[in-house]
Amino acid sequence: MKVRVDADRCEGHGRCYALAPTVFEPDEIGNAMVSGDGSVAPADENRARLAVANCPEQAITMEEAD
Amino acid sequence: MGDHDPVTDWATDWDHTDDVYAGEPFVIWEKLRETCPVAHTDRYGGGWLPTRHEDVAAIAYDTERFTSRSIVMSEHRPPLEFAPAGIAPPISSDPPFHRGARRVLLPAFAPQAVDKLEASTRAYCEQLIDEMGDRDLVDGAVDYAQHIPVRVIANMLGLPQDDADLFRGFVNHVLEGVAMPLEQRALEMMELFEYLRLQIEDHIANPRDDLTSYLLASEIDGQPLEVSHVGRTIGLLLIAGIDTTWSAIGASLWHLAGNPADRERLVAEPDLLPVAMEELLRAYAPVTMARLVREDMDYKGCPMQAEDWVLLPFPAANRDPDAFEKADEVLIDREVNRHAAFGLGIHRCAGSHLARMELRVALEVWLTAFPRFTLADRDAVRWSAGQVRGPRTLPIRIG
Repeated sequence: MKVRVDADRCEGHGRCYALAPTVFEPDEIGNAMVSGDGSVAPADENRARLAVANCPEQAITMEEAD
Repeated sequence: MGDHDPVTDWATDWDHTDDVYAGEPFVIWEKLRETCPVAHTDRYGGGWLPTRHEDVAAIAYDTERFTSRSIVMSEHRPPLEFAPAGIAPPISSDPPFHRGARRVLLPAFAPQAVDKLEASTRAYCEQLIDEMGDRDLVDGAVDYAQHIPVRVIANMLGLPQDDADLFRGFVNHVLEGVAMPLEQRALEMMELFEYLRLQIEDHIANPRDDLTSYLLASEIDGQPLEVSHVGRTIGLLLIAGIDTTWSAIGASLWHLAGNPADRERLVAEPDLLPVAMEELLRAYAPVTMARLVREDMDYKGCPMQAEDWVLLPFPAANRDPDAFEKADEVLIDREVNRHAAFGLGIHRCAGSHLARMELRVALEVWLTAFPRFTLADRDAVRWSAGQVRGPRTLPIRIG
């Protein structure tokens, strides 16, 4: 699974890095970045899905691996 | 609050400062959502009230047709010459000016910066609990919630702690005094800005490690911020940072005092607090923002005119059954919760990380000190009217 933050939509609510701190992290103004290349370890997948579902701006996209 | 004719029809003559709206807004919004999702009033020179999540979001995102020149609905529209910064940048600024004015503030309110304030916030909450002594009856709003954000924001700005009552007075005038005569409001505002001018002069003469000195040293596009801009931004932080968080803490205590099962579960499962807190923010979101219509336009059949107000009741959006399952139920373990308590779009509350830290710490300290508490007098609870809703009187039995 891979996640991506749309920087134009992200307004820095910070729900994603609060819910999935190993997948997302804040930049210096509190907007979200993916950690690494956005690949999600299997153990983090549920947290990543929760982050997607809780983003008020719907700024995170997720690609499920086949 | 204020002097106005009672409201007889919420679809055509609403007034957000009415005591009925302060006490039971959910019933009003629910009915409007079904019958007249964008309500109108002739009061305050004309205004609109969307109640569906979809409309609140669409208007919040549409910064072209809806300006943030004023975000507090009253009889008075601020003069156009304050643009582009507006009366309280960046909340009163539109694009493109908005971006730079917000950018300078954000690092001070990012999670990394807020983490450093947690220990002092916790110590202060514990001090407030200690000061309650061995009383059985306390006021959760007056003795606890209202003090926490005042102390935190004054600390950040480097303003004297002894001025706490003064700050709360300013906030009250700006947000709850919208029905006061314009002349009186202007005087109150001048008093606030005169107070801030003196504080800023002192910071210019004696720079120190606080947010005021940081702003004075900040630049937008290579230009230092004007002193007047710094004063207006500090005014915004005082006003936006205080009774909003105070309301969120108070409303959460109110819910837990009246719902023993939720209180007991949080005491037994403290790790649930971050999830529960989001639900309390959704269900009792304190803040409604306003916009002004830029030019005559049609919004879904509503003939909006230039300078009409539009309220953005985020708490109404948060109760929309089209956006949330069981929208009217408070479920403290709700895991999927895309609420809009801190707004949507470019004006997302810049202090949301700070507010969340204050709310979490305030509830942790309270629940540790008082694992059992109840509402002492349900009928004595008073909710503030206007655009920031929270309990202002909250008698709680802790003994």
